[in-house]
Amino acid sequence: MTWNWFFRLGSPKWFYQMAGRWQPWIWLITFIGIVSGCYWGLFIAPPDYYQGDLQRIMYIHVPAAYLSMMVYVIMAVAGAIGLIWRMKMAYMVSISCSPIGAAFTFLALVTGSLWGKPTWGTYWVFDARLTSELILLFLYFGHMALFYAIDDVKKADKAAAILAIVGVVNIPIIHFSVEWWNSLHQDASLSKLQKPKIDEAMLWPLLVMIVSFKLFFVSVLFPWVRNHILWREKDAKWVKEIIEQ
Amino acid sequence: MIKALLVREAKLINRKKSELMNPLFFFLLVTSLFPFGVSPEPELLAQIAPGVIWVCALLAVMLSLDVLYREDFDDGSLVQMIVSGASPVSIVMAKAITNWLFTALPLIVMSPLIGILLNLDNDAIPAMMLSLLLGTPTMCFIAAIGMSLTVGLRRGGVLLSLIVLPLYIPILIFGAMAVNAAAMGHDYTGQLLYLASGLVLTVSLAPWAAGAALKISISE
Repeated sequence: MTWNWFFRLGSPKWFYQMAGRWQPWIWLITFIGIVSGCYWGLFIAPPDYYQGDLQRIMYIHVPAAYLSMMVYVIMAVAGAIGLIWRMKMAYMVSISCSPIGAAFTFLALVTGSLWGKPTWGTYWVFDARLTSELILLFLYFGHMALFYAIDDVKKADKAAAILAIVGVVNIPIIHFSVEWWNSLHQDASLSKLQKPKIDEAMLWPLLVMIVSFKLFFVSVLFPWVRNHILWREKDAKWVKEIIEQ
Repeated sequence: MIKALLVREAKLINRKKSELMNPLFFFLLVTSLFPFGVSPEPELLAQIAPGVIWVCALLAVMLSLDVLYREDFDDGSLVQMIVSGASPVSIVMAKAITNWLFTALPLIVMSPLIGILLNLDNDAIPAMMLSLLLGTPTMCFIAAIGMSLTVGLRRGGVLLSLIVLPLYIPILIFGAMAVNAAAMGHDYTGQLLYLASGLVLTVSLAPWAAGAALKISISE
C-alpha cells in the first residue's frame, strides 16, 4: 500500500496527467518565491560591510551553484533507479535533468565571474570552486552528448545512466583534488552541520531563493519530462488521443 | 578466463606493430610541438614540462583505445565472446590491462627522453616515471568505461574525449603536482599515495561499470 505511489510514478500516463495538473500551481509558487526572494534580497536585506550592494549577486549565485550540484545527484539517482528497477520514467527524469543542470551550472559560472571581476579584479581564475564547477559543466555536456549520440533510446537511456553514476562517484574526488590544487574562493557560507556564518538578515532571503530555485527546477523539469513522454509513447493510444485534440 | 583473454589481446596487438608504435610517435611529436608554440627558452620549458608530459601521455593513451575495441566490435568478435559466456567484466579488464602494457608502459619508458627534451629537472625524472606508473593504469580503466559506452557509435572519438577527459582531471592534478614538487626539491610521496589510492579505487570499481556499459553497447 505504501509503495503504491512509487509504482504509479512508473506509469508515463499517470505522470503526464499528474505533472500537467500540478504544473501551473508549481509555476505560481515559484513565481511568488522568486519575486519575493529577489525583492527581499535586493532591497530589504542589508548590504555587505565590505562589498556593499555588490554582494547581492549572492542571492542568484549561491542557489544556482547549489542546484547545479543537486540536479546532478538527482540525475544519477534517477538513472540508478532506472537501471535497477527498469523504470522508463526514471530514465526520462534523468535525461531531462541534464540540460537544466547544465543551465544552472552555466548561470552559477556567469554570475560568479561577474561577481569576481569587481571583488577579485578578474573574471576568471583557476580557483578550486570555479574549476570544479567548470568540470561539472563538462560532465553535463558529456552526458547530453552521449545520450543524443545513441540512436536507440533504450540503449541511450542506460548508457547515460551509467555515465551519470560514474560522474557522481567522481564529483567528490574532483572537488577535493581541485581544492588542494588551488584555492581563492571563500569557504562555504552554508553548511548543514555548522551554524551558518552569515547574518540572519541575509540568510533568510537566501534560503527563500534556494527553495524557490528548487521549485523552479521542478517546474522546468515537468515540461521536459512531459515532452519525453509524448515523444517516446507516441504510439500509445492515449498519446494519440491527446495529439488529435 | 581472464588469462586466455589477455593472451588473445596480446597476440592481436603484436600483429599490428604500427598501431603499437603510433601512440609513442604521437607522444614524441606533440610534446615537441610545445617549444614551437610557447618558447624554446630552457627555463620556461622546464616549468611547463610536467604538465605538458602529463597531458600528452593522457591523450596518447586515450587515442590508442580504438584499436582494442572498435575492431573487435566491427568484426563481431566482441558479441561472440559475450554470447559464448565470457563475462563483460573480464573482457574489459583484459582490454584495460593490455592497453596499459602495450601503450602506457612503453610511454613511461620513453618519458625520460621527453623530460630531457623539455629540460625537465633531472631530480624530477624518477618522480615523473613513478607518477606515470601509478596514474596511467587509472586512466586505462577510466577510459575503458568511456570506450565501452561509445563503442557502438560510428563517430565515437570526440564523444569519448568529451566523456573521459573531465574524469581524468584528478589524476592529472596529482601527477603534475608530484613532478612539480620533485622539480622544486620537495617531498612527493603524498601525491604518489593519492595516485595509488585513486588506482585502487578505479581498479576495484571501474571494471564493473565498464562491463555493464559494454553489455548495453552490444545489446540489440
